[in-house]
Formats: sequence, C-alpha cells, structure tokens
Amino acid sequence: MIETYIPLFLVFGFAIIFAAGTVMSSGLFGPQRPNEEKLSTYESGMKPVGTAFERVSIKYYLVAMLFIIFDLEVIFVYPWAVQFISLYTDPAIGTHAFYSMLLFLVVFEIGFLYVYKKGGFKWD
Amino acid sequence: MNLTSTDYLNILPLLLVGAGILISLTVEMYSKKSVGFLSWFSFLLHLLVAYYSLYTVNNVSSVFGGMMGTGGTVNIFYFIFNFGAAIVALLSMDYIKKAEIYFGEYYILLQSAVLGMMLMASATDLVMVFIGLELMSICFYVLAGFQRKNVRSNEASLKYFLLGSFTTGFIVYGMALIYGASGSLNIQSIFSMLSAESTPILFYVGTLLFIIGFCFKIAAFPFHMWVPDVYQGAPTSVTAMMSTIGKAAAFSALLLIMLPLIGSKNPQTFTPLFTVLSAASMIFGSIVALAQTDIKRMLAYSSIAHAGYMLIGLAAANDTGASGIVFYLAAYAFMNLGAFGIVSLIEGNGDTEGTIESYAGLSDRNPLLAGLLALFMFTLSGLPPFAGFFGKYYVFIASLEAGNVWIAVLGALSSAISAYFYLRIIVVMYFRKSDVASDNIITESHTSLLGIVISAILVIMMGLTPGSIVRLINSF
Repeated sequence: MIETYIPLFLVFGFAIIFAAGTVMSSGLFGPQRPNEEKLSTYESGMKPVGTAFERVSIKYYLVAMLFIIFDLEVIFVYPWAVQFISLYTDPAIGTHAFYSMLLFLVVFEIGFLYVYKKGGFKWD
Repeated sequence: MNLTSTDYLNILPLLLVGAGILISLTVEMYSKKSVGFLSWFSFLLHLLVAYYSLYTVNNVSSVFGGMMGTGGTVNIFYFIFNFGAAIVALLSMDYIKKAEIYFGEYYILLQSAVLGMMLMASATDLVMVFIGLELMSICFYVLAGFQRKNVRSNEASLKYFLLGSFTTGFIVYGMALIYGASGSLNIQSIFSMLSAESTPILFYVGTLLFIIGFCFKIAAFPFHMWVPDVYQGAPTSVTAMMSTIGKAAAFSALLLIMLPLIGSKNPQTFTPLFTVLSAASMIFGSIVALAQTDIKRMLAYSSIAHAGYMLIGLAAANDTGASGIVFYLAAYAFMNLGAFGIVSLIEGNGDTEGTIESYAGLSDRNPLLAGLLALFMFTLSGLPPFAGFFGKYYVFIASLEAGNVWIAVLGALSSAISAYFYLRIIVVMYFRKSDVASDNIITESHTSLLGIVISAILVIMMGLTPGSIVRLINSF
C-alpha cells in the first residue's frame, strides 16, 4: 500500500530540495549589495506597509469586474467545446448544442459591445 | 431530455422580454438620446407580454425537462409582473427627469428585473428559483442606488445589498439541505418523497431556511429591518416596483413550495410558523405606521402589514388561501403602484422630504390627484367596494376554512388600526389648510397620470368583479 506513494514522496522531496537549494545558492554565490528598497517586502509595486484604508481608483474595480465576466464565459465555453462532438452526435440534441451556445455568445457579445461602447476598456 | 419547438413557444413571454433587453441595450449604446424611446419601448413590450400571457393562460405545460412550468397561475403572475412594469414605465417617464436619473439603463434594469421575476414564477426547480431571484435582486440593488449623488439612495442600495445577499445565503443553504434530504431539486419529486413514509428533519430545517430567506424578500416582520430605509431612500418609481411586483415575485416562490404541500398528507406542516409571522407582521406594521411622518416610510410599514395579511393565506394552506394570495397580490400591486405614482408626482426635487404634512390642502391645489390618492388610501385600508377589501376577504375566508379563526380576527383588528393612518392622509388632504412652506410643486405629467388612472380603474374593476378573477385563478 505505502509503496504506491513512494513516487509522490520522491516528488515532494525533490521539490523541497530544489526550492531550498536555489534560494540558498543565490545567497551563497550571488553578490550582496543591499539597500533599503531591496530589503523591503515585494508587493507587486505597491507600498508594503501603510494604511489599510487607502483609496483605490475605481478603474481597478471595473477591470476586476470585467475580468470575472470574461472568466465566466470561458467556464461555460470550455466544457462545451470539450463535449461538443459527443453532444452533436447525440440524436436527441444534435444541432441544438451548436445553436444554444451561439445564442449564449450573442447575448454575451452584446454585453461586451455595451462595455466597449460605454468606454469600459479605456484606462484614461 | 428532449427539446422541441413547442418548448420555445411556451416560454415565448420570457423570450420576448429577453429579446427586449437585448434590443434596449443595443439601442442604448448606439444612440445618445435613447431614453424617450426606451421608456415607450418598455411600456409597449410589457403590455404586449402581459396581454400574451393572459391570452395563453389555458396553455398549461411543463417545459425544458421539468425545469419550468407555464400557463395557469404562472401566466397570471406573468400578467401581474408585466402589467405592473408597464405602469412603472409610465410613472417613470417624467419622474426620472425630475430625479436626475435620466439614463437608458434604468429601463434595461427594469426589464431585467421583470425577466428575473418571470423566471421565479415559472420555475419548478430550485435552481431556476435561485437564478430568477438573483436576476431580480441584483437589478433592484442597482436601481435602489440609481440616484448616485443622493446619500439616502446610496444608503438604501448598500443596506438592501448587504442584507439581501446575506439572506440569499439562507436561501441557498436551505436549498442545499433540501437537496441533501430528498436527493432532488425538482419541486414535484421533492414533495413526492415527502408524502412517502417518514420525512427527515433535515428537510424541515432546509425548508425553514428557504422560508426565512423569502420572508426577507416579502418584508415580513422579523426580517423587515431594511424595508423603511430602502423604500424611503430609493427613487419613488423604483420603490413602487420593489414593493409591488417584487413582493409578488417573492410570494410566487413561496407559493411554489406551498402548493404541492396542499395536496399532500400533512398540508398544515408550516401553519404555526406562518401564523406567527403573519400575526407579528400585521400588528407591527400597522402600529409602527401610525407614528410615521414621512409618506414613503408610512407606505413601507403598511407594506409590512400587507405581507402579514398575505401570509394568512399561506398559513391556511388550502386552495382558497392560494388563490386568495394571488388575488391579493394583484390588488395590492395596482393600489400601491397608484399610491406611489401620486407620491412620485408630489415629492419635491432633491432632498425635499415627502412628509405627510406637505399633502395639506391638496384637494384645493389639485382635486384630481387628491381624489385618486383618497381612492388608493380607501382600498389600501380595505374598505368594501374596492379590490383591497376582497383581497383581505379571501385570505380571511381561507383561514376560517382551515379552522384558524383567531388569526382572521387579528387580521380584522389590525385592519381597523391601519384604517387610522390611511384615513389620516385623507383628513390632511381635505381638511387641513395648506401653508406656504409645504406648498411644493406638483409635477405636471400626463404619462404618470395615465398610469395612476389605469391603476385606479383596475382597482375598481377588481373590486366589482372579484368572483370571476378568483374563479379564473381557481380553475388551474
């Protein structure tokens, strides 16, 4: 029973050694010229320490919201694409599989066009 | 699962509204001056769908593999939603200019909310109920905060959104427990399992959570906290819609789970719960409304009381109760739409409060509006020749049939209390002299007046021929 997990343990072990090894080797072999900026926590360009109630431009929320919408589109389209052949060959469904997704995409693209026309993708 | 073209024909009302939303969106994004067109477009679209729903009312069928049902009571709900929305479109035409929310999106959201309600009324599967509920609620959250620069409107939107999404959690959790207990999300198969030998306790807990969630949406007593603030803060035309057809939609979902129970072995399972909820809502709504000085807040508390009267029909758990609720919902929708329509005409620009005092001397300034508002107040208080009386009459009869006498007595008592605050407005309008301070401008609007008059005609007609309408509802 336990033997079947040996490859898994090996992978874990290798991952730990590799991760720890690369981090340590950069400390061991790399040149060390520290300054204050370099030593601070990396937060994707944001200030790591400060007030939690900072005001964020509304554009970020708009982008986040649009991202969710397009992400959801993929969630629907991807399984449909994977299953399409078997749906199409099913006599009970047939071309219906194609047209229902077409309808969904038309509805979706009208929303997309609306966002575009209203300037939802403009950053300035 | 077989999908046929008759399925699509049966859900034509839903498809029409859906197509209407897409057309409105397209028009809105390509035209700068689309609002005038969109208002008449939504009015005509909803009128058409309302007519079509009544025309095909006998066409009872189940579509999409038992996900939705059409015809019968469902189509009557379609009619209430769409006719109500058509009146709201009329009321909004001039109001949204005054309220500075003159955007085409207003009508798109209105149509989307109606589509959500229609999905909810036609659903026979809990997932469809949830989709419809969310579509309706999200549109309402946005519409409540449509006056972006008004603090009250923002407050209304935020309160409604936070509390509404919290109770949606209750509903989903309830659905999950019902699914866990019965292994199905289809209403019919859930209840066929229920009528078998023993019901797991999990089913009752799930149904209880479901009922709690929808009691929030219908504004019943312990879940009413949001009602006054949201109704006061939201634009008046939106309040008119939320309080009437929004409530009707939530009741259609409650009826969905109560109707199969009526035919089952133990119909009065939830009677104690509904009795307590309805008694508390009636008494609380009527008594707190007495102390209000703002007309929108007063109508909000009266809305809580009316939810209580409608819950009497659910507590009775018989066919008379079910048809009584549908009748009551239709009557309440049209009388409240009319009342809020008049409020939207009389309320001032910007932050001017719609106090009851500002209605003083309305009979001198505008006798027609005063007369119509008096009519709506009479019917809201349940005086005999109008629709409001027969709505109450049918739910009280249902509760007497079910042997639940004291709740009917309590309902009559609370109607007597509520008569005070409804009639007080009539007293203020007719017997109080208007002073200069309260003499605010009445908006001239022919379309709003048309909407109000249509509501008044419907209220009178439903009061004159209640029997034929109830027979129509009962025949399914």
